[in-house]
Amino acid sequence: MSLNTTPPASPRSAGLEATLRDRRDAGTKLLVPYVTGGLDGWVQCAQACEAAGADAIEIGIPFSDPVMDGPVIQEASVRALNLGATPDSILSELTTADLSIPVVVMTYANIAMHSGANRFAEKLATAGVSGAILPDLPLDEGEPWFRAADANGVETVLLGAPNSTDERLAQICERSRGFVYGVSLLGVTGERDELAASAHEIGGRLMALTDVPVLLGVGVSTPDQARLAARSANGVIVGSALVRRILDGGGPEAVESFVGDLRHALDG
Amino acid sequence: MTVYLKREDLNHTGSHKINNVLGQALLTKRMGKRRVIAETGAGQHGVATATACALFGLDCVVFMGAVDVKRQELNVFRMRLMGAEVIPVTSGSATLKDAVNEALRDWVASVESTHYCIGSVVGPHPFPYLVREFQRVIGDEAREQMRAEVGIDPDAVIACVGGGSNAMGTFAGFVDTEARLIGVEAGGLGLASGQHGASIARGVPGVLHGARSMYLQDEHGQILEAHSISAGLDYPGVGPEHAALAESGRAEYVYAEDGTALYGLELLSQTEGIIPALESAHAIGWLARDGGRTIPHGSTVLVTLSGRGDKDAPQVAELLKDRYPMPQLP
Repeated sequence: MSLNTTPPASPRSAGLEATLRDRRDAGTKLLVPYVTGGLDGWVQCAQACEAAGADAIEIGIPFSDPVMDGPVIQEASVRALNLGATPDSILSELTTADLSIPVVVMTYANIAMHSGANRFAEKLATAGVSGAILPDLPLDEGEPWFRAADANGVETVLLGAPNSTDERLAQICERSRGFVYGVSLLGVTGERDELAASAHEIGGRLMALTDVPVLLGVGVSTPDQARLAARSANGVIVGSALVRRILDGGGPEAVESFVGDLRHALDG
Repeated sequence: MTVYLKREDLNHTGSHKINNVLGQALLTKRMGKRRVIAETGAGQHGVATATACALFGLDCVVFMGAVDVKRQELNVFRMRLMGAEVIPVTSGSATLKDAVNEALRDWVASVESTHYCIGSVVGPHPFPYLVREFQRVIGDEAREQMRAEVGIDPDAVIACVGGGSNAMGTFAGFVDTEARLIGVEAGGLGLASGQHGASIARGVPGVLHGARSMYLQDEHGQILEAHSISAGLDYPGVGPEHAALAESGRAEYVYAEDGTALYGLELLSQTEGIIPALESAHAIGWLARDGGRTIPHGSTVLVTLSGRGDKDAPQVAELLKDRYPMPQLP
């Protein structure tokens, strides 16, 4: 791996984990919405999330083969790619966004590896991104990326699933930076009618293992589900339910209203 | 040049796919799972999986690209007849890679009760290893048969490569011999056209479906759609062990365009009375047209005939209707 020659730009904030820890320790239930980068008006939608009280924001860089994603994020990915979105165009637009909360990029391993791990980590840092989620990069294969991300000040968030063993979850918690992403059910992203019982179980198991903030995502779709999930964790990630509103043409107003409802449910 | 054919086309269900499926169906039983999912391109792996599930009493769901459902109607019917559910996949290019995506999405949610019977030497570990070991019966048998019949190992061993399971199974039996190992990728409409499935010739390293290997990608790392006349080679990547064999130089990878495959199909039909699958016809066509350039006169060559061509007959009949018109009825 080549040595990093350009110092990373200073992130927007104190960093992902530091920010989330501060807010958690102040008694706030954490809210991290997800927006697919490259959709029409996505930057305004991201800003609307902050305005409505998000603690950090996840920006998706679309990949042609999003195997962890259900129909909504798949459609958003196809739409964004058809609009000409590329990793570079999204990161470039991100630098123009008026955001002060930490930004976490979610994409797939191939997008990061294609640039080369160090080059991609540098690009993230230069765009002011605090964290990265690569759901198809397993812990066992992650070392080259972890080193590149660490060297560039990018915090890599790892995911823990309900069927992971305690030993595996402990390793995930040990290596995760920013927060630990608790996958609330066995399945792909998407809205569900009810919060899965496994959400409480995985939340509880992760909370017992780590002091890093634990957020539950995948299948957290409504303010009520967010409120319930946050009983077993430090907060929630909400993706498909929000992106569906954007795909339906809702725009920043619909985003601000929905994220506001989530915030209210978590604070209530 | 003396050419020997390893006749996987004579297997039950018509291709080498049954070798792997029987192994994985036994594993499914052993794990106590009741449901099997599979992806399929040409339908050969889907038919083999449906067959094994009928035999072992397992529920079977096959994901198949909508484009492939249309061009492989016969195999869809065979799967349905044996009790499998066939789910057409419309996302992406609606071919094999998208069927794999959809099978993985199902499996993420159903892993407690379901085994994903992957059909090639692709996917996350241990699948490339598992499928190679279940397919190595091709190479092990061929080696034994060559020694018994001819008394020597072949000078060259040739097989077509999509994901690469028949080739990997064949190569596994010869990797420790002096034989040249030659994989034939889908050249589609020509490498310059961009419409092909030649992942080793034109791909770059990447990560897809849980494996790091060679994939067709654009400059941003998005996976490109492959093209081949044969649905079974219509995949924009190869198994990671093929990428490793290519990198080490132990195996060579060449390609045959659609036209060369059709030529191979006609040639074998008319000289041997064997109608090969379009996939296997890539290996035959390459050997007949281009093999002489690198394989010396007098060599002994083994070609794996991975499947029979019945499934392709309607498609080929349409493509070659001017050459083989239906006789006029009186």
